[in-house]
Amino acid sequence: MTSYAILVFFLFLGIAMAGGAMLAGHLLSPKTPRTPFQQAAYECGNPTIGPTRVRFRAGYYLFALLFLVFDVETLLLFPAVAFVSRALHGEEAGVPVSLMLAELGVFVFVLLAGLAYAWRKGALKWD
Amino acid sequence: MNALIDLSANNAVGDFVRDVLFPNSPALAWAANGLLGVAALLLFPVFLGAPFLIWMERKVCAHMQARLGPMRHGPHGAVQTIADVVKLVFKEIAPPGGVDRLVYLLAPGIPLTASFLVLAVVPWGANLQVADPEQGVFYVVAVGALGLLGFLVGAWASNNKFALLGAMRAGAQMLSYEISLSVLLLLVMLLSGESSLREIVLSQRGTVLDWWVFKAPVVGPLAFVLYLVSSTAELNRGPFDLIEAEQELTAGYQTEYSGMGFSMFYLAEYVNMTIQAALVSTFFLGGFLPPLVGIAPVDAALAAVPGVVWMVAKTLAIVFVYMWFRWSFPRPRVDQLLALEWKTLLPANLAVFALGMLALAMGWILP
Repeated sequence: MTSYAILVFFLFLGIAMAGGAMLAGHLLSPKTPRTPFQQAAYECGNPTIGPTRVRFRAGYYLFALLFLVFDVETLLLFPAVAFVSRALHGEEAGVPVSLMLAELGVFVFVLLAGLAYAWRKGALKWD
Repeated sequence: MNALIDLSANNAVGDFVRDVLFPNSPALAWAANGLLGVAALLLFPVFLGAPFLIWMERKVCAHMQARLGPMRHGPHGAVQTIADVVKLVFKEIAPPGGVDRLVYLLAPGIPLTASFLVLAVVPWGANLQVADPEQGVFYVVAVGALGLLGFLVGAWASNNKFALLGAMRAGAQMLSYEISLSVLLLLVMLLSGESSLREIVLSQRGTVLDWWVFKAPVVGPLAFVLYLVSSTAELNRGPFDLIEAEQELTAGYQTEYSGMGFSMFYLAEYVNMTIQAALVSTFFLGGFLPPLVGIAPVDAALAAVPGVVWMVAKTLAIVFVYMWFRWSFPRPRVDQLLALEWKTLLPANLAVFALGMLALAMGWILP
């Protein structure tokens, strides 16, 4: 538990350093009156046409959804692997290790099958 | 568990603090040692490591292209980065109109804070680690992904087309490669039977052949190479630097950032590179352990070198490999990059993971 307390301390340290750096930059940097050119969104010198928050490809969302599925599955693997590896190294007596490994193998196979299904359905196609 | 770094163990600085500064109060000496250690572990990689890496990158890049790179400031341009930082601090922070100011100013801090949090668990030496949570691998995966939020909100707040497209690419790319990295870390966790980073390093005690890259035949080298490729993509470094591909997107997510905002994104990139390289050496190359070869007199000499020297040397070697990648390979298109992850690397990673389990079940790898 102590180590997590230290990590929280580190979190505040990181926020303080980032905030301090931004503050230092703010205090030390010059402030010039804002010209219309400075106000414009940067587009290599051309005036911006249309809204700057443009529409983009829905494919990005598809990959985000796929990530969600696979990330939850790796999340489920973490405790399983932590337990199985301890058993493998003899720290959980009385559990048949090969059976646990086989179960883990089934899980990984389901993961692979899910990937194959998404692939087949065209979720990985870009256009 | 070693919570704070105990500098008092066989260390000149620790001895000085304990015997000279606080001879009458072990508790104060312990606290002072801890604070010194935290400061050193945080400040060295950030304020010494990152400028050095930026200089190193410019030199490596230059020499690969038969140029000299920075030469003017200091011997071989060694203090060039300091000059650049001073320039950046004094540069105007100029958010254009239409920017969501609060989010725009907060965003650069997010990747930097996230990288600090991962830096805290990197074991630089047997007693040189700020914190060692029991589920260290899980912590690294969970916290390491937070930096992406900074890219996304910063780019969305900057009200710029290039930034928006860069951030969308960042999202798709970093999320996708996150899975590969988790699977490979799970493999090392399974092989070593440990989940704290320090214990994973200690599970590789012995000669060079006991490092996880060699200890597990076939599985180890494969996982090592796959991890190197995936982490290059996770770091958004060339050849996978699509999120700031300058020929297409000017500077990608950081187009509208200048001065301190830009330098914090830039600093976070180099701190992240240090972290990933340190993780590669922790998981595969024996971390702070010396590369023993099994010949007694040689080993005695190697073991006499402090662990932190080995850790830094291995980390720098991996960093050099990342730089080598960057200046050697052309950049793929975004669809090619995502296809590489989902159609090649992820199935390969899962297959290597399954192979590792099979090898363990059959007893081909001694646990």
